[in-house]
Amino acid sequence: MNAFYSELQWLPRAPEELPQRLKALGNSTGPLGRELQALASYSHDLNQLTKLAKAIGRARADGKSLDPLVPFRLAVLSNSTIDMIVPALVATAARHGVALEVIQPSYDQVAQEALTPDSKVNSSKPDAVLLALDYRALPLKLTLGEREASLATVQGVLGYLQALRNGIKANSNAVCIFQNFAPPVEPLFGSLDRALPGTLRNLIGGINRELAEFVLGSGDVLLDVAGLAETVGLADWHNTQLWNMAKFSFSDELIPLYADHVGRTIAAIRGKSKKVLILDLDNTVWGGVIGDDGLEGIQIAQGDARGEAHLAVQRLALDLRQRGIVLAVSSKNTDEVAREPFLKHPEMLLKLEHIAVFQANWNDKATNIQAIAEELSLGLDAMVLLDDNPVERGLVRKLLPQVAVPELPEEPAWYARTLAAAGYFEAIAFASEDLKRADFYQDNAKRVSLQKQVGGVDAYLASLDMTITFQPFDATGRARIVQLINKSNQYNLTTRRYTDPEVTEAENDLEVFTLQVRLADIFGDNGMISVVICRPGEAGVWNIDTWLMSCRVLGRKVEHMVLREILKHAQAKGIRKLAGTYRPTDRNKLVIDHYARLGFTKVREDDSGLTRWELNVEGADPESAPMKVVSQGFAEAKEKSIA
Amino acid sequence: MDEPQIYTRLVEVFHDVFDDDSIEVTPQLTAKDVDGWDSLAHIRLILTVEKAFKIKFSTSEIGKLENVGELVKLIKARA
Repeated sequence: MNAFYSELQWLPRAPEELPQRLKALGNSTGPLGRELQALASYSHDLNQLTKLAKAIGRARADGKSLDPLVPFRLAVLSNSTIDMIVPALVATAARHGVALEVIQPSYDQVAQEALTPDSKVNSSKPDAVLLALDYRALPLKLTLGEREASLATVQGVLGYLQALRNGIKANSNAVCIFQNFAPPVEPLFGSLDRALPGTLRNLIGGINRELAEFVLGSGDVLLDVAGLAETVGLADWHNTQLWNMAKFSFSDELIPLYADHVGRTIAAIRGKSKKVLILDLDNTVWGGVIGDDGLEGIQIAQGDARGEAHLAVQRLALDLRQRGIVLAVSSKNTDEVAREPFLKHPEMLLKLEHIAVFQANWNDKATNIQAIAEELSLGLDAMVLLDDNPVERGLVRKLLPQVAVPELPEEPAWYARTLAAAGYFEAIAFASEDLKRADFYQDNAKRVSLQKQVGGVDAYLASLDMTITFQPFDATGRARIVQLINKSNQYNLTTRRYTDPEVTEAENDLEVFTLQVRLADIFGDNGMISVVICRPGEAGVWNIDTWLMSCRVLGRKVEHMVLREILKHAQAKGIRKLAGTYRPTDRNKLVIDHYARLGFTKVREDDSGLTRWELNVEGADPESAPMKVVSQGFAEAKEKSIA
Repeated sequence: MDEPQIYTRLVEVFHDVFDDDSIEVTPQLTAKDVDGWDSLAHIRLILTVEKAFKIKFSTSEIGKLENVGELVKLIKARA
């Protein structure tokens, strides 16, 4: 069983305390429907979906409103046992913004229910009827090698399905959702089954083709169960033992996936499919970080394994755009730097004219996505964010729960497939107007100014359980220290480049204060993310020779915690003043006010833009951030013994 | 796996399937002792047990189970 599909791995893992959260439903301030949608938006197995469906049922029985979930009544006709599927449908529909009510007639009463005017299904006036038949329900006869008879069999089946449809249309006017048919796993001859008229495989292939054509013209809806079964594998789709025991059409392990496909279809009928794809840039649309690696360093080349994975994301985005999905960008980068690859990199498939709104700045993504939604006049529930960074994904999920944020695996080769498999953009019809929809937003890569900040960012950061670790330079960290010193361009105050021997020299010089900083959080270890070197200047003064940081941890007040650590050691060594320099380059405009934000006073500014800053150690009290501090390996003890 | 280990994991399975933390899983426990243990819930229970212990039962084995004690015997033989 392919776990990616059976466990819906584009959805985040369910929290352990689901039962408690279900019991606490309705106690929070927001609307109940919103809470239910959030709870449904994890990857749940059948038992959890059943619990969630029960909770929804209880809320309904108590007369509670399920707003803002959109109500939908679905009748399900099947020749198989659907009792275990129904709760999964109800719980999963909430994920797609729908409050689903399922009308379930007695077992195997398909024709009776469709054709009798006052049947349970027809009297309930459903919004749609799902014809969840499998191949065993069809009047199929093996007519091996007989072309005419086989065509007649196929037509006979279509006629049967159309009769069901006509009965439903006449009596309740519901939309008909036709399932097509997953053929049985094993053929009779082998390869010949496909070509020879009248084999089961051949007949079912013909039926599926005719049914698809019929639905395209009739205004009904197709649920491509044959495609789904093919995707997960026919052998995993079918479970003969379960059919024998309890008349299950397909494997119980695929019920959550099947329910998600039904959910997407209903959401599409109600117009609730997503309409906008918001793309992160670094390590999503190209390999690497544009601010640090530059145009030459990012990976998007054909023939480069990593590059091809990211090109696939671009290609999928372009294909989606062609069918009417709007593209936007939300990236933590300087605007000009982020636009460079779109303008200048020869391998970029995406161009600025494909992007409706282009938000590249250092503000949080929730605020930016809010601005994108307002600019496009679309709801947050129309948005999808594709981002490789789990911290960003967590932030947007927490602060803007209506935005769909797929989980991405570590390996970029699977990014495009994950986005496609999640099915956010399900459509039940396609018109030529759709081709032009993206243009309607007058793609001009508009940059929208941010008005209101989305609240809750600080609380989210506090929930990340961060640990910051400070150590002086040592042999173990040296290689990475040298790498960071030579590679960092954006968050780099002086851009001084040192060789390995020079770093070793600083490491061994008792007068030089060095720091290697690591940050870990709930998502894992970010490794070394900052390097500082302070050299003695005039008496009692430390000159901050080097201060650099990885942009990945911007916005978390890491620089404030680093300053606190520097001050701690400065104080212990009797240093009265810290002196910092900002040396401008064409890459580090980002840190022009780094020292200002940390409370330093500017003492000089040159024509070149170089600035010098000072901070008195006595009385300095920079902001603290909610993280655990580990400080180890410092030679204070050594110092004392020398004196 | 020994019986105490099996019962520990089985208790979790029962609580999960029936959404009821108060169920006490004893060898004599049968379907009529538990609210909601109908034929469908029975199938869900068996499927969950199969996944929890990474084993597969045959159709005839499932059909012959009278109580939890027999289920545990089956699990012990397979897990």
